[in-house]
Amino acid sequence: MNPQSGVRPESGATPGPAAPESTVDELMSVQGIKVHFPIKRGLLLDRTVGHVYAVDGVDLGVRRGETYGLVGESGCGKSTLGRAILRLTEPTAGRVVFDGTDLSTLKGESLRTMRRRMQMVFQDPMSSLDPRQSVESILVEGLRAHDLDKGKESTGKRLRELLTAVGLASTSLRKYPHEFSGGQRQRIGIARALTVEPDLIIADEPVSALDVSVQAQVVNLLEELQDQFGLTYLVIAHDLAVVRHISDRVGVMYLGGLVEEASSDDLYAEPLHPYTRALLSAIPVPDPLVEDRRERILLKGDLPSPANPPTGCRFHTRCPWKQETKCSTERPELREVLPGHRVACHWAEDIRAGRIRPHEVEAVLVEEDGISPDIPLVGPASVTEALNP
Amino acid sequence: MALLEVRDLTVVFERKGEQPFTAVDHVSFEVEPGQTVGLVGESGCGKSVTSLAIMGLLPKRGARVSGTVGYEGTNLLSLSDREMRDRRGRDLGMVFQDPLSSLNPVVPIGVQVTEVLERHRDMSRKKAMVEAADLLDKVGIPDPTRRLSEYPHQLSGGMRQRALIAIALACRPRLLIADEPTTALDVTIQAQILALLKELVRDMGTALVMITHDLGVVAGLCDEVNVLYAGRVVEKAERHELFAAPRHPYTHGLLSSIPRLDAPRGQKLSPIKGSVADNIPWDHGCAFAPRCPNALDVCVQVTPAQEDIGGGRLLRCHNPVRPPVVEEVSA
Repeated sequence: MNPQSGVRPESGATPGPAAPESTVDELMSVQGIKVHFPIKRGLLLDRTVGHVYAVDGVDLGVRRGETYGLVGESGCGKSTLGRAILRLTEPTAGRVVFDGTDLSTLKGESLRTMRRRMQMVFQDPMSSLDPRQSVESILVEGLRAHDLDKGKESTGKRLRELLTAVGLASTSLRKYPHEFSGGQRQRIGIARALTVEPDLIIADEPVSALDVSVQAQVVNLLEELQDQFGLTYLVIAHDLAVVRHISDRVGVMYLGGLVEEASSDDLYAEPLHPYTRALLSAIPVPDPLVEDRRERILLKGDLPSPANPPTGCRFHTRCPWKQETKCSTERPELREVLPGHRVACHWAEDIRAGRIRPHEVEAVLVEEDGISPDIPLVGPASVTEALNP
Repeated sequence: MALLEVRDLTVVFERKGEQPFTAVDHVSFEVEPGQTVGLVGESGCGKSVTSLAIMGLLPKRGARVSGTVGYEGTNLLSLSDREMRDRRGRDLGMVFQDPLSSLNPVVPIGVQVTEVLERHRDMSRKKAMVEAADLLDKVGIPDPTRRLSEYPHQLSGGMRQRALIAIALACRPRLLIADEPTTALDVTIQAQILALLKELVRDMGTALVMITHDLGVVAGLCDEVNVLYAGRVVEKAERHELFAAPRHPYTHGLLSSIPRLDAPRGQKLSPIKGSVADNIPWDHGCAFAPRCPNALDVCVQVTPAQEDIGGGRLLRCHNPVRPPVVEEVSA
């Protein structure tokens, strides 16, 4: 997408920059999407004193029938991106193309119709299910909204089929969410997403609220349903082991941007971005033999505030491979370094070849407040001052 | 002699008009100086209640604690509130899961650290402040002197957890209980905190009780692991042995239900069926029996006893998983 000048070793297998991904059947693609939330200050005059750059220019494509995993730590913008794709949060800039239609041009009825084809599964099944609605009413709601409720009998049959598909007893229809365990509630959430026969399901941390033994049940269920109904998934999660297990391709986010994207196997076999390397090395493996041998790349300090992101490469403040030039001044573009493996790092090839060695990084203070000190806070000091200028 | 010796620790919660609930049921374990012992289990298995009982932090009303908690020969459960207060923070340190709710939001970090030093080490405020800055520095908080005057909300999650560890370490306790110290944190920050804990155990000989649900954390940190299920220790083993050959079906199930980063892809996970809601009470058999793939008729009739199966391993199961056949590797 971003034709890069200069030599790109080992990218001979890829087609020319003119027609990069048009050949693959993409169900959904995101182009240059940005979501900036204004930071407001003041009692009467809503002054915007800065922005939280939650998502700051992301390009990605999800192919039909695949599972795309989006990983990153808290605050990297992965959930906001998921919501922006469905336009649950209005993007500040950029386009979302779903099956050939640009969603940003849609409004009202046409957007509502389109939404039938894109459903969401949320993290916390307790707070995303209405405690006062029975399971039947939760499931029927979507059908009614999209005019798919074709009479008591057929709807009843459909609901029972759905419950069987997600592994719940058909007697569950008359029960309420509190009567179920966490895992079962998540199954209801999944069934709700399936009622309207969507093509794409965006699952935001679908298993992180569940106990380990139950997590596996839900992960397996998601995989089975994908085969059964030919679904396309965008799975957003922080647990890289789960994401690797479930995804065909994985995108890694850091501070509002995609830093690396590759097939699940490639990414884990050979992470190219320094952040991905550190992230992978930090994940504990339940095997003492592996744990004793592994070398960890310990990142110093914390994630910088998305309201005041570092210049240049967002990761340069914590990067053990940071170089004197480029890193702090130029924002690296996501470019194809190996076939199907995109990385946003100026030095990806050199790091890969071992020409650049990691070095110590000093931890820097991170301001929780995060408002850029460059913006002067002028204005009325109090309500009285505002009222009597 | 072990530094901490927990024997038959039992916690029963009683409420008027309701059946008493046994959260912790005859749990026993020991911790030596410089050793890390893990208590592992899923939510509701009693691991946190165990830690609160050791620290004497359970409410006097409603919770009936029995058994013994021996610390250097003294039974902590027999101490008065006043005596216990003298020990908490000085001999026993504790790190809680959620740093935001365990730090006082309206008191600067510095005061919360020096409080312990003034109370237990009779330091002046001035001297304590210097020591506090030193402590924050030790746990890896940049610019510690400035941080002392800040409030918890001004620190990030990882920094707050570090501050909490600094408070727990202020009096150099010989025993540290960490209850899910990294669960609220991101993996890269988790790695930093775990490295810090490891260093403490290695360099200062602190005895560490690590309470967690994450088997990955256990694999890298604990010397000995106790797997809890429904309030009882179902399996106890040295970590290498536990991971190489889990014998209890629950431990086995847990290990095969988590996806591993280093395993080949495309394998289905084998989850444990059902949920803790299916448990039966321990006095009618094995609590895990309804979910257990190995369950026999005896499992729902007779409570399995804890048996010593050799090599320092304890097991509570009628029909354990067979140990894998070890192939001889010619060196």
